[in-house]
Amino acid sequence: MIPTDGVLIGIYALIGDRDVIQVRRVAGREMDHRGARTVQKTRFVTAVSEIARNVVMHGGGGEARIYMHSEPSAISVVCVDNGPGIADLDAAFSDGFSTAGSMGRGLGGARRLSDALDVETEEGKGTRVTMMARI
Amino acid sequence: MSSASAIYFVEGVLLVAIQEDISDTDILDLQEALSERVMDEAARAVVMDISALEIVDTFVGRILAQLASMSKLLDAQTYVVGMRPAVAMTLVELGMDLPESKTALSLTHALRDLRGESRG
Repeated sequence: MIPTDGVLIGIYALIGDRDVIQVRRVAGREMDHRGARTVQKTRFVTAVSEIARNVVMHGGGGEARIYMHSEPSAISVVCVDNGPGIADLDAAFSDGFSTAGSMGRGLGGARRLSDALDVETEEGKGTRVTMMARI
Repeated sequence: MSSASAIYFVEGVLLVAIQEDISDTDILDLQEALSERVMDEAARAVVMDISALEIVDTFVGRILAQLASMSKLLDAQTYVVGMRPAVAMTLVELGMDLPESKTALSLTHALRDLRGESRG
């Protein structure tokens, strides 16, 4: 389960590729502050990078919100876009690296690298991905 | 926007230290610049130092893999050096590998390996 309460650290626009760097830098910094292990941080920040990039490349841009949670200690990142949505979510999760250029590339990898990852998507409306790592 | 990653050509080898927080645009620029340099210099190897990278996601990984494949077609061996252990673990979980790249712990190790090859 991804906790829904939490302290909002910030809201970040995801328009271009430098915005992806910004979001993962903040997520990494917050995990450092909470004393996350290096491997734990690397895994989750990589997942955030995959999802944030999807927003920029496939979702036509959007935003990310970063939350910190206590009891249990965790970080969650919510990425939202108003893009075309993901038509076949199962395929998007299973495609992985090999089907470059398809929607949802990296989604399966991001799920493996997070402690939890939820996707809400609607064709023509957009996509919301929520991911969480315990610290 | 230009890539801040400098490319050095030493003893037939192209050396690139990839900068921290390289953007997608920068790494695409770097890929293009490097591919031209491999041909122009008739380089026998490309050594990419990624020790500054805290993360390598599928986009960056794909560019590194493409660069290695392309270099191979131009008869240059690619080495990826300085990969952090956490990055290696994450790449495995992403199901990625760099099939055309050799990996080495450091630039020194890569150059030693290259010299060994040239003697053989």
